Amino acid sequence: MVDAALERPAAAGAVRKPSALRRRLQRKSTIAFLMTLPLILLIAALVIYPALYSLHLATLNKSMERFVGLSNFAFLFKRQTFWMVVKQSCIFAITAVIFKALIGFVVAHFVHNIPTKGQRKWRGMLLVPWVIPPAMSTLAWLWLFDPSYSAFNWLLAKFGVEAIPWTAEAGWARFSVILVNVWIGSPFFMIMYLAALKSVPEQLYEAAAIDGANWWQRIWYVTLPMMRNIIAITALFSLIVTFANFDIVRILTAGGPIDQTHVFATWAFWIGIQGGDIPLGAAVSLFMVPILSIAAIFILRDINRRGNEA
Amino acid sequence: MAQVSLHKVVKRFEDTEAVRGIDLEIADKEFVVLVGPSGCGKSTTLRMIAGLEDVTDGEIVVDGVLMNDVPPKDRDMAMVFQNYALYPHMTVYENMSFGLRLKRYPKDEIARRVQEAARILDITELLDRKPRQLSGGQRQRVAMGRAIVRNPKVFLFDEPLSNLDAKLRVQMRTEIKRVHQKVRTTTVYVTHDQVEAMTLADRVVVMNRGQIEQIGTPNELYHAPATRFVAGFIGSPSMNFLPCRLEAVGEGLQVRLSDQIAFPVPPERVARYRPHVGRGGILFGLRPEHITEARPNGGRHVAEFDAFLEVTEPMGNETMVFFSVAGKEVCARVSPNAGAREGSPLRMGAHLDHMHLIDEASGRVL
Repeated sequence: MVDAALERPAAAGAVRKPSALRRRLQRKSTIAFLMTLPLILLIAALVIYPALYSLHLATLNKSMERFVGLSNFAFLFKRQTFWMVVKQSCIFAITAVIFKALIGFVVAHFVHNIPTKGQRKWRGMLLVPWVIPPAMSTLAWLWLFDPSYSAFNWLLAKFGVEAIPWTAEAGWARFSVILVNVWIGSPFFMIMYLAALKSVPEQLYEAAAIDGANWWQRIWYVTLPMMRNIIAITALFSLIVTFANFDIVRILTAGGPIDQTHVFATWAFWIGIQGGDIPLGAAVSLFMVPILSIAAIFILRDINRRGNEA
Repeated sequence: MAQVSLHKVVKRFEDTEAVRGIDLEIADKEFVVLVGPSGCGKSTTLRMIAGLEDVTDGEIVVDGVLMNDVPPKDRDMAMVFQNYALYPHMTVYENMSFGLRLKRYPKDEIARRVQEAARILDITELLDRKPRQLSGGQRQRVAMGRAIVRNPKVFLFDEPLSNLDAKLRVQMRTEIKRVHQKVRTTTVYVTHDQVEAMTLADRVVVMNRGQIEQIGTPNELYHAPATRFVAGFIGSPSMNFLPCRLEAVGEGLQVRLSDQIAFPVPPERVARYRPHVGRGGILFGLRPEHITEARPNGGRHVAEFDAFLEVTEPMGNETMVFFSVAGKEVCARVSPNAGAREGSPLRMGAHLDHMHLIDEASGRVL
């Protein structure tokens, strides 16, 4: 900092020299640090401490008495279920984010084109899946998916289609879990994209229309590039949250059938809490960190490079 | 190469009528300026020609083809917007070539056209930059370049200079004129600035409240305005309007402005004005530049009178002076050497060849 306290000329010997501590306290950077300290402490207590603690836990044996180094990780690598969970988490997160983004984008366009008067109502209604607690809405979905008594299979039966084992068969169970996640998460994308759409100046579309662009070309050459940053940030944010999803899978399938819908969080819970092997559970959950940081680096780098172009 | 015709064009927005029946014929290669105060419907008219607004009623015809239901992308027009509307994520080159790329022109043809346009506009060095790295004037050039490369039937300008500072505006005005001389294309230009309108246009269309007040060359509008609105809108400072009475004096007529001041009507206008003798509701109009200090041998039809100057505004090359006639303020332009001083009288001369009489009720010039 340029305006940090400058050394006084030594010649002025008669002037009482303030103590080093006093001088430090008067620096702007020190004041700024002190003012942010409460938040830093809060983050440290709620984020950094548990993170470090789980690192520590992951290096212990099952009874948490002995340091075993990286052998928990080595053990995981050898287990087939672990690789299945990695694969399932990736399928789950990527598919769900793609569909959430697509649906959010399309719905945002529809809402954007509704006249302003009716727009508030629609925006509000469309946000409902996102604002009700996911555990509750997932329970409702669970009933909808019930093989014998539920609405879906009843409807299918009306059309003469055979009942579908929504949560009992691996393929359908994965589909159901993703469907519910998309249902809950799309409104978030919708609202972010709607905000982004509203910030694109109308004249760019007019200029493009006069330049000869049809509606698809206007979306491709104007809307998407203008929304690029928002799309990237939203996708990254959602990817992280979806990847670490717990409640939907836990309530809908609890990882079943035969672990085939487990994602990292539910499997970590299964092993750590229900299976009583907390260190191994901690090791599982720690695997999310490198995977997500790679995704974050890629997307954030792209955003930094493009900067704000407007 | 295009002729544009508007027949009884009307635009209604919910409960307001923005454009109320406009007829306009624009010849091929002509530079037409729509001018008027804000809210007069000039931009709406332009946007209807571009296809950005639907036509409520009437017809827009380009080269004999009805355009009402043709979408903007198929009208082969190019438009320059007030805030440029450059695509912020594209370089200057990409911005300028966008229309051609959409139409799948060959790469070398695109490059040739963009280079050519960049040369005309002197922006060759900027082709690799993004719009945010450009100044206002440069952006304006790029926006024009984007229009030129398409080689469209019609150029449309929507107040293109109003976001620039005064000096740059004058510069770009000349630039637009120069470009139009090189690239002869039918042009419709919207502005609220009458100086822009006068300097650029082959013909000026003065609009007011959704209707056309008058169409004419800049000189016609200046010397022979058809309505009070045009008389007041064109010219700066604007024309002086004073209530008056026409009186018969022997064979001739005179215009009485106050108990002290009455001007003789030039003989060639006597026949035209005679039917209005004695009636009220007539305004006398004379531009400030046609009221000067009294000069020896002042010329034909100059009537001298005494004015008591209330305010003087020296501009260097001339001095604006303000005085009252029958309680109405009058502005005049006198020579800086005329010795005009605030609070002192000056002998003035009114050049009556340039006078107008206006029917106050209808606003028509008599």
